[in-house]
Amino acid sequence: MPTKLARIAFGAFIQKEWKHIFRDRKTILILFGMPLVQILIFGFALSNEVKHARIAVFDQSNDSFSQELVKRLDASRHFDVVARLNHPSEVQEAFQAGEIRLVVVIPPGFENALHAFHRAPLQLLADGSDPNLGTTVVHYAASIVAASQEDLLGQQSLPYGFETELRMMFNPQLEAAYNFVPGVMAMILLLICAMMTSVAIVREKENGNMEVLLVSPVKPLWIILAKTIPYLVLSTANICSILLLSYFVLDVPVRGSVPLLIGGSLIFTVTALSLGMFVSSIAHTQTVAMFGTLVGLFLPSLMFSDFMFPVDNMPEPLRLISYILPSRWYFYIVKSVMIKGLGLAGIWKELLILSGMTLVLLLVSIRKFDNRLAL
Amino acid sequence: MEAIIARSLSKTYRSGKSQTHALKGIDLDIQEGELFGLVGPDGAGKTTLIRILVSLILPDQGTASVGGLDVVRNFGLLRQQIGYVPGRFSLYQDLTVHENLHFFASVFGVNAEEQYGLVREIYKYLEPFRDRKAGQLSGGMKQKLALSCALIHRPSVLFLDEPTTGVDAVSRREFWVLLSQLRNQGMTIFVSTPYMDEAARCDRVGLIQEGRLLRIDPPTAIVRDFPLTLYALSTDLMSRVKPDLASCAEVLSAFAFGANYHLTFQTSAGPQACVRMLEQKGHTNIRLEVIQPGIEDCFMYFMKGS
Repeated sequence: MPTKLARIAFGAFIQKEWKHIFRDRKTILILFGMPLVQILIFGFALSNEVKHARIAVFDQSNDSFSQELVKRLDASRHFDVVARLNHPSEVQEAFQAGEIRLVVVIPPGFENALHAFHRAPLQLLADGSDPNLGTTVVHYAASIVAASQEDLLGQQSLPYGFETELRMMFNPQLEAAYNFVPGVMAMILLLICAMMTSVAIVREKENGNMEVLLVSPVKPLWIILAKTIPYLVLSTANICSILLLSYFVLDVPVRGSVPLLIGGSLIFTVTALSLGMFVSSIAHTQTVAMFGTLVGLFLPSLMFSDFMFPVDNMPEPLRLISYILPSRWYFYIVKSVMIKGLGLAGIWKELLILSGMTLVLLLVSIRKFDNRLAL
Repeated sequence: MEAIIARSLSKTYRSGKSQTHALKGIDLDIQEGELFGLVGPDGAGKTTLIRILVSLILPDQGTASVGGLDVVRNFGLLRQQIGYVPGRFSLYQDLTVHENLHFFASVFGVNAEEQYGLVREIYKYLEPFRDRKAGQLSGGMKQKLALSCALIHRPSVLFLDEPTTGVDAVSRREFWVLLSQLRNQGMTIFVSTPYMDEAARCDRVGLIQEGRLLRIDPPTAIVRDFPLTLYALSTDLMSRVKPDLASCAEVLSAFAFGANYHLTFQTSAGPQACVRMLEQKGHTNIRLEVIQPGIEDCFMYFMKGS
């Protein structure tokens, strides 16, 4: 087929694909509603950030220092002091009632000890039945205590003894958004590019459209490629809208270069598209394509991309799974560029891995495309 | 010259342990400009044969060529020269009539407006619905649209797989008139159908059953070759005719045709014996008369005989 005709046919395919997308309300809803909803849900509802945790205070010294400390804890947006305890036995009861996340125990003679020894013990008791929450509230409390200490005593004059200072690099406030925005980007691109594309391609097989299209001079590969183009465009738009949303609504900074971030995202988009093409070359029905991408791709990506659970703590076989998941590398790229502000030098390896995966997937799916009808 | 040639085509489908022999050695020669009908019951292998000829599936054995192009080796060129209307509506339901036509024109690299002359006869039926979504058309309209899309690039050979299945009688007649017009313009047409009455409209008919072509002949030759005398039977007790006939040894075959039964007999004494038997069984107003066999009678006969 002469190239000019090929171009006309290719253009007609892309045009047709746009019509499919914009005439199906469900598709539109997933394409444009999902990124918005996910960002907002993760941003405002589902967060492991602790706000207004209910805490109790067992202040046995009740001096000006201890009172100041309690006041500061209460003033923080992380904590609300809801109970004052008067007896050690009440500590257990408070936790058992389940309302209290943290008990601050201030021993007798707190202020005196500070003045006399420049150090005073302080006990933070957290509910360990939810380890993540427990650790988080202890961290918050410790950083508030440390800050108050400096304010109240000024620089410590006596140089004896160790002093630990905690600081969470790149994210001192422990903002959850810093972690989930890169994660949501990876998941949304995966869903749109891999799932929507594979379903759209398989729909043509299932509806029998492929049967007429195959008996035409257009090569099957072009048919498939034409289907991916609109999704590539839409994904790019989604990347931009997610970045804008997280910057303006969730106050997540973009510390590295924006072009680098978008470039990396485009590479991942192509990876996800080739995953979609690969799935569509195996699946024969839309249901199979959808569940295949959800169970075989989306769930593992959610679990093993370092996004929800730290991969470093996983046993070796599970870590191997994470190595073959493109989203893991993309998650790392976005986090590095966006949050840590790394440049190309810091992520070239990951970019290379993603590109390699894309190449392999493309080659495999192109080889698998059949010029004939699969029965 | 032959537009379609098939030599001992065989195809077996395997799924797990079970095998289905869809085609068992098909030989076929179809002339250029011929309107050829492939007639047979569901599951006879009609769709498989068409799909092999349009290069959609590969035969296990045998060779075939369309317009001189081998369906296995030259499928790229072949696909530019044929038109294909699959058995199942395969256009885009969410695109309008007009959009579908334009899309398929572009796919074949032609301009829909320039090619309009070729499909005008068909498209005039569709013109009032040009902005309606294809999914909302009636069965007959859908098939006319599918035909228009298959013709838009002026194919030299047109394949249609059961184009009139699920289409009302009026649309079916219109559709066959359109096919005859195309044939008159010189196009070779290969059409399959489970409706035997449609076979009479073809130049030649191939009767296919269980993957074998029983015979290929013009419809007139098939009717002429009917070797028996055919009778039409009606009584006042039609509901009991079938079980009663079963007990009559003289009856060779009996098929319900509309309000009548069409019968053939073992011997020339059969008709009389049959009428006597029916009278004994309490049938009244018995009418048994000799009729000319239609093409359907012939198919019933040849299929039973095979």
